[in-house]
Amino acid sequence: MRVFVPGDSAAISVGADEVATAIAQLDSTVEIIRNGSRGALWLETLVEVQTPSGRIAFGPVTPADVQSLFDADFLNGGAHPLSLGKTEEIEWLSSQERVTFARVGIIDPLSLEDYRAHGGLIGLRKALKLSHEVIINEVTESGLRGRGGAGFPAGIKWRTVAQSFGEQKYICCNADEGDSGTFADRMLIEGDPFTLIEGMTIAGIAVGATKGIVYIRSEYPYAIATLRKAIEIARTSDWLGSRVLGTTHAFDIEVRVGAGSYVCGEETAMLESIEGKRGVVRAKPPLPAVEGLFGQPTVINNVLTLSTVPMIMAEGATAYKSRGVGRSLGTQIFQLAGNIARGGIVERSFGISLNELVNTYGGGTLSGRPFRAVQIGGPLGAYFSSAQIETAMDYESLIAAGGMLGHGGVVVFDDTVDLAQQAKFAMEFCAIESCGKCTPCRIGSTRGAETIDLIIKGVRVDENKKLLLDLCEVMTDGSLCAMGGLTPLPVKSAMINFPTDFDGVRK
Amino acid sequence: MKFSPWSQDAALTLLATLRDENGPVLMALQLMQEEFGYVDQACVALIANYFNKSRAEVHGVLTFYHDLRTTPPTSHQISICAAEACQAVGARNLEREIKAKFNDEVQSAYCFGNCALGPAVMVDGKLIGRATVEKIEKALQ
Ligand SMILES: Cc1cc2nc3c(=O)[nH]c(=O)nc-3n(C[C@H](O)[C@H](O)[C@H](O)COP(=O)(O)O)c2cc1C
Ligand code: SF4
Ligand code: FES
Repeated sequence: MRVFVPGDSAAISVGADEVATAIAQLDSTVEIIRNGSRGALWLETLVEVQTPSGRIAFGPVTPADVQSLFDADFLNGGAHPLSLGKTEEIEWLSSQERVTFARVGIIDPLSLEDYRAHGGLIGLRKALKLSHEVIINEVTESGLRGRGGAGFPAGIKWRTVAQSFGEQKYICCNADEGDSGTFADRMLIEGDPFTLIEGMTIAGIAVGATKGIVYIRSEYPYAIATLRKAIEIARTSDWLGSRVLGTTHAFDIEVRVGAGSYVCGEETAMLESIEGKRGVVRAKPPLPAVEGLFGQPTVINNVLTLSTVPMIMAEGATAYKSRGVGRSLGTQIFQLAGNIARGGIVERSFGISLNELVNTYGGGTLSGRPFRAVQIGGPLGAYFSSAQIETAMDYESLIAAGGMLGHGGVVVFDDTVDLAQQAKFAMEFCAIESCGKCTPCRIGSTRGAETIDLIIKGVRVDENKKLLLDLCEVMTDGSLCAMGGLTPLPVKSAMINFPTDFDGVRK
Repeated sequence: MKFSPWSQDAALTLLATLRDENGPVLMALQLMQEEFGYVDQACVALIANYFNKSRAEVHGVLTFYHDLRTTPPTSHQISICAAEACQAVGARNLEREIKAKFNDEVQSAYCFGNCALGPAVMVDGKLIGRATVEKIEKALQ
């Protein structure tokens, strides 16, 4: 008898370990698989039972429910108030287009056998038979853009690295995932780490790099442990090492752990941090693709960017780019977070509306109070109001609407939110996390927070609002990177979309 | 969480494991903290000498990263996520409550990747979702 109890840290945070223990205590013969999460986080702990007709889901299960599950003969799919029927028929999941997340929640994350049985390594095997040129063309042709925030075409970056000369090229995976409201990198690593390893291996072969580094935040201890185990497994099989799958290609991966710095997610600060230094942003040029880690040509890509490559290689660029809209091709892994009834991972083609995400999938707010604001794209992303709920979720539409997609986080707030407080937090966060290189970012953020505080207190409101807008302009124009450059985005969007929160009248 | 008492000999043994690393300073500081719970002031000179770096460089790295601390921690470590998605579900109030309630120091963190099940709190390395004072109390036992 096989029972699946997610080992994802979000599931663990609401009791999955205790649920697994309770099941094992009541029946020591069941085989408990700690799969990743299906992404329907509001249903965690989502327990699944393997039956002849497919997997049957129960959720959200707490340890206290386990006895009654046995009483209802859940191992044979018995009726129970928590029964959700066949997992694959849960509409929240079945309506999604799982491409990058195809295996997450389904397989045992650390079973290479499962990985192979579900289409793993097909992309890499194909790539091993192709020339560098052809692999890079395929990735370029797919339209895949960076999922870390900037949306730069992955294939073009790879080409630059392939064409640069260097003794030791690197593939650096950015798993710093600092944006509030985002957890897709974490869930991919915890739920299907071999996909990332496969994507990095393909990248290495494509550009001629033999070393990979994953820079992962210290706030993700569970993901770090899973990734380390997966790398070890890939090393002891015939995958990572001096002869990748028996070929003459060499590739190995090392894990580096961050130390609690948001700006170290910025790619050049990340390189400094991997080199063991302060995470201070580098001026460009030189581009990291030409002179990156230890001065060598370096591919820097987000976890999701790299983890999408195996599928592109396996199924072809045409299949991937048949999804999406305009120049936003393929699928995006949206993350529904904050005050939301049904939060989690929604992977859909670009172009889905914000309304569908927040209301159809999200089911409105968790508190049941009216929805008031949503921040899209992390702490440097804009605050939108309900008036903008029909915005299409793709790179270009979001920019046109005055925001940005970032890493795809969607953070919902109910009507108790005070946008002036949120704007102040944006400035404070910038002050805490600034690398210190540019004055507008380092000092301006502190002044910005002070100025918003005065507005909140009703002190010379009009004058201070003007001052704040001037300051935002200086930060936008005078900052080297998006930390200082985009902090004005949440601030200004809050002022524009929620003007009454900035009228200095105490609520 | 249990840490070893600070010892220079133990520190040197640990540093030796990083001898072949490229760019070892941050890793060395992290290793010290993992073992001893904090980075002792003596580590700056020790690491500088060991890896042939200036003290200023090591000190600069030590002071840049929020994770690194130079004083021994309290017996339990509580970090609360203070970022937006958790703010949206009451993290600001919870932070005030737990700071008033527990003697252990309470640190602010910015996102544990549990943003759909906030407020998120980490107690001694264990992640707690939909955190409440009661759940934290239980985790501390
Ligand atoms: C302040 C700041 C923080 C960032 N944090 C991250 C991060 O946590 N993860 C990430 O992948 N990219 C982050 N980025 C974007 C990276 O600089 C870079 O564009 C990205 O890693 C490139 O990979 P991609 O092309 O696959 O997106 C950040 C950028 C800035 C300015
Ligand atoms: S904008 Fe801020 S974080 Fe970015 S380089 Fe300048 S000071 Fe550093
Ligand atoms: S914002 Fe709190 S866990 Fe992500």
